[in-house]
Parts: sequence; structure tokens; C-alpha cells
Amino acid sequence: MAYTIAINGVAHSVEADDDTPLLWVLRDTVGLVGTKYGCGIAQCGACTVHVDGTPARSCQIPVASVGNAQITTIEGIGDSPVGRKVQQAWIELDVAQCGYCQAGQIMSATALLKSNPRPSDADIEQAITYLRIRAAIKRASESLAQTMEIQHG
Amino acid sequence: MADTPAITASRRLVLKAALGTGGGLMLCFFLPTGADAAPGKAAATEFTPNAFITIGADGKVTLVAMNPEMGQGTKTSLPMLIAEELDVDWANVHIVQADSEPTKYGRQFSGGSRATPIHWDQLRRVGAVGRAMLVAAAAQTWKVAAAVCTTEPGQVVHGASGRRIAYGDLIAVAATLPVPDPKTVALKEPKDYRIIGTAQRQVDQAAIVTGQPLFGIDVRLPGMLYATFQKAPAYGAKLAGADIATQKAAKGVHDVYLIDGPTDPQGAVSGIAVVAGTWWAAQKARLALQATWADGPSRSQSSEHFHAQAQELSKQPPTMPIRKDGDPDAAFKGAAKVIEAQYFYPFISHATLEPQNCTASVKDGKVEIWAPTQNPEPGRDLIVRTLKVKPEDVTIHMMRCGGGFGRRLSNDYMVEAAVIAERAGVPVKLLWSREDDMAHDFYRPAGYHFFKAGLDGSGRLIAFRDHFISIGMNGKFSSSANLAPEEFPAFAVPHLEFAASIMQSAVPTGPMRAPRSNALAFAFQSFIDEIAAASGADPLALRLDLLKAAAAQPKPAAPAQGDPPFDAARMIPVVQRAADMAGWGRQVPKGSGLGIAFYFSHLGYFAEVVEAHVGGKGAVKVDKVWVAADIGSQVINPSGAMNQVQGAVLDGISAALHQRITVKDGMTVQRNFDDYPLLRMPEAPEVEVDWVKSANSPTGLGEPALPPVLPALCNAIFAATGKRVRSLPIDLTSV
Repeated sequence: MAYTIAINGVAHSVEADDDTPLLWVLRDTVGLVGTKYGCGIAQCGACTVHVDGTPARSCQIPVASVGNAQITTIEGIGDSPVGRKVQQAWIELDVAQCGYCQAGQIMSATALLKSNPRPSDADIEQAITYLRIRAAIKRASESLAQTMEIQHG
Repeated sequence: MADTPAITASRRLVLKAALGTGGGLMLCFFLPTGADAAPGKAAATEFTPNAFITIGADGKVTLVAMNPEMGQGTKTSLPMLIAEELDVDWANVHIVQADSEPTKYGRQFSGGSRATPIHWDQLRRVGAVGRAMLVAAAAQTWKVAAAVCTTEPGQVVHGASGRRIAYGDLIAVAATLPVPDPKTVALKEPKDYRIIGTAQRQVDQAAIVTGQPLFGIDVRLPGMLYATFQKAPAYGAKLAGADIATQKAAKGVHDVYLIDGPTDPQGAVSGIAVVAGTWWAAQKARLALQATWADGPSRSQSSEHFHAQAQELSKQPPTMPIRKDGDPDAAFKGAAKVIEAQYFYPFISHATLEPQNCTASVKDGKVEIWAPTQNPEPGRDLIVRTLKVKPEDVTIHMMRCGGGFGRRLSNDYMVEAAVIAERAGVPVKLLWSREDDMAHDFYRPAGYHFFKAGLDGSGRLIAFRDHFISIGMNGKFSSSANLAPEEFPAFAVPHLEFAASIMQSAVPTGPMRAPRSNALAFAFQSFIDEIAAASGADPLALRLDLLKAAAAQPKPAAPAQGDPPFDAARMIPVVQRAADMAGWGRQVPKGSGLGIAFYFSHLGYFAEVVEAHVGGKGAVKVDKVWVAADIGSQVINPSGAMNQVQGAVLDGISAALHQRITVKDGMTVQRNFDDYPLLRMPEAPEVEVDWVKSANSPTGLGEPALPPVLPALCNAIFAATGKRVRSLPIDLTSV
């Protein structure tokens, strides 16, 4: 089947079986390999993308169900101010080790900060987190707050 | 890792070469390697004093990261060593990842926390050679003695006149100069370091957070197809038959191949490969295959069977002596108190989050490989043997690994990809599913320890015995399933015996992050806690007493080659520091406890204290971990170092709380992260780290922080509840 999918603001025409998970369309068909395969059963979160701004596991989304939804991946998340701040905080705090799951972590953290720009520790704990990730979300949150103050002040 | 003979042998080779006693490699290491670097060449556009360094006319510095990167940080920390002694501005350094070319760089692998101890001296000398040549070039230009010239980052300075020349302006002259013997070049005093000891980000951090292609799984080549590979579910079993016609005709499928191969899981074993236009199409067709498998050597083996066998063997004398000091039998007879306990740890899987994969292209007898591998050269050997090609016709690109932990010391997936690509005639990316990865690992071996300790009338530990029941084949331990005679409390107890019995096993095993130590630390340091409880001693005080006893023994002679032995005296301040950090002895809330443990592995001295809380229904919450460590005189990159320690501690807690591979009918029961869970984010405690600096040469960090956290956690649970954990993963409902 032929589908047209909006990814990072660009319409992509792809040919894929209906049941092909979005993950594999992104990686193998479109060539956006930043979204990672870890388990294929929505356990690990490495394949997290945003579907109309909401974090979702792309290994569980058949391409046929994407429709007109706007898909955002790690390659496009830096186009939003929140995503960019999160990436900057990650770099500043040297968060990643092997880095394989980090696309998923950043997508989750960005979604959290988009819905809740000043999360409490408990909020972060619920959403995700470990050590530097926790610190990096805080850093991104502070830096967002500063940006907002500058914009509004 | 450290206990794999292949690596140990090769490491010695590299050390020998680095020390200048081997000759051959030394030349390869330090002679100019490119035409551009040939001495005397007119108007050089680059200065390449050796295989690791290139300086352009614009002053741009390119350094080679020689080892595979799997998150352990050597792509950053090893070039830092070169940059320090070359004396350049780190912000101006560009890092390139080496291919696997050992004749150019020496042995390239990532394992055993070896990068720092092997390369600390050698790579600083690589940098110092470049600096010496740039200084000589400036001296020649100024017609002054080299001895009166110094450097500042990126430039040579003549102190008396204040003249300066940028490195980029010296390359033409420097390229004409002889390359000095690396043994003779002067190294900086540590007080003058500008890069070593400063926190630097991983060089790929920005590429990681923006999703750039870095990992093996990210490789894409023109005309590339995707492959999946169905192997026998049972270890070492072969394909008996398969109907592949239907799947050959399936939509998107390019071809299906029956692969014949050896039963050794290190090679390209027998199975069915599906090649398709996308991985999903290949995987769908592969899951629909109908295949039958012959019985392998492991058919009758199971975790349950090993367990029953171990109980039987524990009642018989051990068959393999490992160490005997004094007269343990007599000491136990004379002991005022004897305690016994049985410890068990299961098989566990590496579960690298990036499943095993490799991209291969085979054309006209030339093989090109893109692999996330920790240990590329044995992969080249496998390909040479299997595809009957020449070693020099195999090119291996070492891709970033999404975790390694020892799994990628084996190259089974690499040779599989090469075999499939040869059949396909086009480049192929082989990707294992998560289920494949869990089913076909080289597992951390399971093991049983039947301990006995004897105390004298004053509660002093006088006798210690471990009957270790392990797995192996024909009387030889499986990989990473052995026990060394130096295991603590050797040297600390007058009457001591280590001995083993081996259960016949065909379960593939291999090194896993802190191999052996990741299991032995749990068993030994937990039982030492039991000894403390039995003698009424404080767990910290008993450990310090035992370490003092070991330190008072005459030191075993350091081997001429290989690692220095455990130095108990070095561990004492580390244990004390961890205790001080945690406020050992303080009151903790009801249901909480503090536990302590120490462990020496991979040349690192580590002591850790865990504060844990045990709630209703035995739910364990790790609140905080304090880590004290002596890894020598320098922590090369404090940011990377902190990451390694925190990661290792969380890895250990994950194994302690969750991980278990069960064997049934000669195959792995667990399939994915739903039945083999890893530590979840909210379970991750704060980890505080402090360094105990010593006058020793710096050592590595990928592994040694892991082992002590398991017993420290179990000991904290005992302090909180009085329940002794003797079996992993921790399940307080069964204690």
C-alpha cells in the first residue's frame, strides 16, 4: 500500500504493508534511523516518537493507522524550543553513555516538559528518569523558564 | 575481558610491543603511515607524525580513537591522552573512529576495563612524539635549542624572546624531521595537565541527542537488503529440515537460504536466512517459516536439573582443587562455631539494548563489514575461515555499539552477515530480533557456592571453605565460570580451601561486565557478612580486620608480565571512605538498612554502601549508593568516569533485583523484556562517588564498580530485615 505520512513537517510517500510498524517505515523506508529498535513489544521505549505531540511507541503503530497525524522524531524534535532545550541540557550534562536509548528518553522528556514546563521531582520520576536524565530535565526546565521570562519580561 | 585467554595473550603482546621488547608492532605504531607523512616530502599539507595524529596547515588537529566505543567513553578518553601530551586545545580537536587495523594501531578491542591500563603510557607517548617534533621544527626555524622552547596549546613558545609559532605553521618543517623514539620523549608532569583530569563530554554527545546515524544498526548502503536469521532454539542444535518455498514467494522477500554451519555458536551456525527489502518483511517471512531441528548436545539440560545436580554434588567431595592453606579439616574440628550456607546465582543475559546486527558486503573476494563489535579481529578470523578469503581482503568498520557488556566480544553475528551477504550478492544488514538476542547469548554462567566458616572462641575467623559447583565441559570450566585461587578472603584466613565440582553443560557462556566478579562478589561478600553476624562483629569492622590480616601477609611477588595482584592495604582506605561517606553506623528509618561490601576487579579497588528499604510484601527500594574507589593517580575524564560508575552500579542493581535466564530443554526460556525485565527508571537510586587517589598508574572503569553493589544491597536487606539473600535475583517472599 502507498501511504503519505507527515514526518517532522515533511510529507513522505511510502510503500509498505498495512501492518508494518511505523518504526520500520521510519528506519528502513524513509531512512530516519535515529528512532531505535530495542524490543518490538513497547517495553523499552527506544522507539518513542510523538504522534500529534503525544509520545508513543512507534513499534506498536501500524503504518495504516497513522493517517494524517503529525509524526515527530528525534531528527525533528530540535525544531521545537522545548526539544532544543532538552537536547542542549543533555549535551551540557553529558548524559548519554552508549546513547542507544537516548532518542526515546529525549522524546519522553520533551513531551513531559511540553505538558508540564516546571515538573516536580515526583512528576519527573513518574515520567522517566535516572540520575543525569533527572538532572538534565531540571536543567532544560530551568532554561525554558529563563527563555519564557525573557520572552514575557 | 580479563579472563578470556585470547585477549590476555594479545594484551601481553601489545604491552610487550609498547615496552619496546617486541619490536615489530612498535615500528608499526610509530612510523609514519601515509605518503603525506613521508619525511622530506616537500610542501606537506598535513603533519602526520604517527598513525594517530594529523595536524593541518590551518592548525586543525585530528586524532584517531583506536578502540571500539560502546558507551564506555574511550572514544573520548583515549584521544584526551594524546591531546594532553601533544599539547593542543581540546576544543580544537576532531576525533575520528579507527577501522580495525591492528598493524597500524596495535590490538583494538574494548573489554576487561583494559583501555586505560594498556594505553595510559603508550598514547601519551604518541602525543609527546608529535609535540617533540613540533618543538624541534620551531627550534630549527628560530635557530635556537629545542630545550629552550616550550609549548602552550597549539603553539610553540620561545621563552627568552616571547616568540610563538602556531602548530599549523610548523607542519612543513616538522614533516621533514626524524620521528623520535617514543621511549625517549619527555612526558608532562601531572601538575601541568590541561586536559587529563578535566570533565569532557563524550565526543559523540551532540550526534547522539540529535539522532544521527552512529550505531551498527543505523548503517545504510545503496542497494542494501535486510536479513533475519532463524537458528535452532536449542544451543548447538542443527537444522533438520525446512519448507522455504512459501516464504521465498512472500511479498517483499528477495530470497531464503538454508545455511549449513558448525554447531559452535561462536561461528556461522546452521539456520535459515530470509533476505528482504525491509527488515519487517524479512522478519514476517521468517516467523512464518516451518522448520525442524535436530537434537543438540544441550537437549536434556535445564536450570532445574543443574540445581538438583548441584545439591547432589555438594554432598560429595569436590573434584578440582583450587587452593588450600593450612589444615582446614582440623581447624573446622577445633572451631568454637561453624556456619554453613549455600549461595546461588543464575545465568543472565547481556541484553544490549541494540540487538546484535551487522552489515556486510561481499564482492569479488573482498569483504566489507560494518559491525558494532568490541573485538573485531576474531571476527576477521571467522570470516577468513568461513568464506575462504584472505585476511587483507576483509575491511572492518567498527560502529558505535548500543551497549556491549562483553556480548560483542563474540562475532557470531558478524560472520553470519558475511555468509548471508555472500549468498545475496548485494550488501545485507542482518539484524537479530530481541528474541533472537536473548535466545542466542553467551550467558553469564550460573553457579553454586557451598560455604563453610569456622570461628574460634573469640569469634575470630580461622577456617574458610568454598565448594564451588560450576558448569563446564569434560572437566573444564565454561567460559567465565571459574574461580581463581586469589579470591578474597585468601591470605586473610589461616586455614582456607577453595575447590570445585563441574556439571556438564552445553549452555554457551562468556564474559559479562566484570566477568566472574559480578557473581563471586555477591556470594563471597554476602557470606562474609554472615560471618560478621555469627561472630557478633560489625560488618565494616570485620572487613577491615580481614583486610589488615591479608595486608600483613608477605606480598606475593608481582608477576613479570600481567596484572599486579590484589593489594589488601590499598583496599583499606577505600572501605573506610565508603563507610564515612554513608555515615556507617548511623540510625536509619525502620525497615531500612545499610549494607557494605568491597571488591577488587579489573585492577580497580571499590567499596560500596547501599541504603535500602524493604516495604510490605518484601518490596525492595534502593535509596542511595555510596561508592569509594581507588583507580590510581588520575581520573582521566571525570565526567565519563562518573557515568561509568553510576551505570555499573545500576547494572548491578538490575541484575540483583530482576535478571534471571532459565534453561529448559537446552534452550532459553525468557524471550524479551517482559519476562527478562531490566531496572526501571524510578528504581534508580542516587549514586554518590568519591575517588581515593593513590600513587598507582591509572586503571579502567567499565567494570569494577559493578560487583560490590550486589552484596552491599543484599547486606543492606539483612540489616533492614534480618533476612539473608542467598539466591539471585532477590525474592524476599522466598527467604
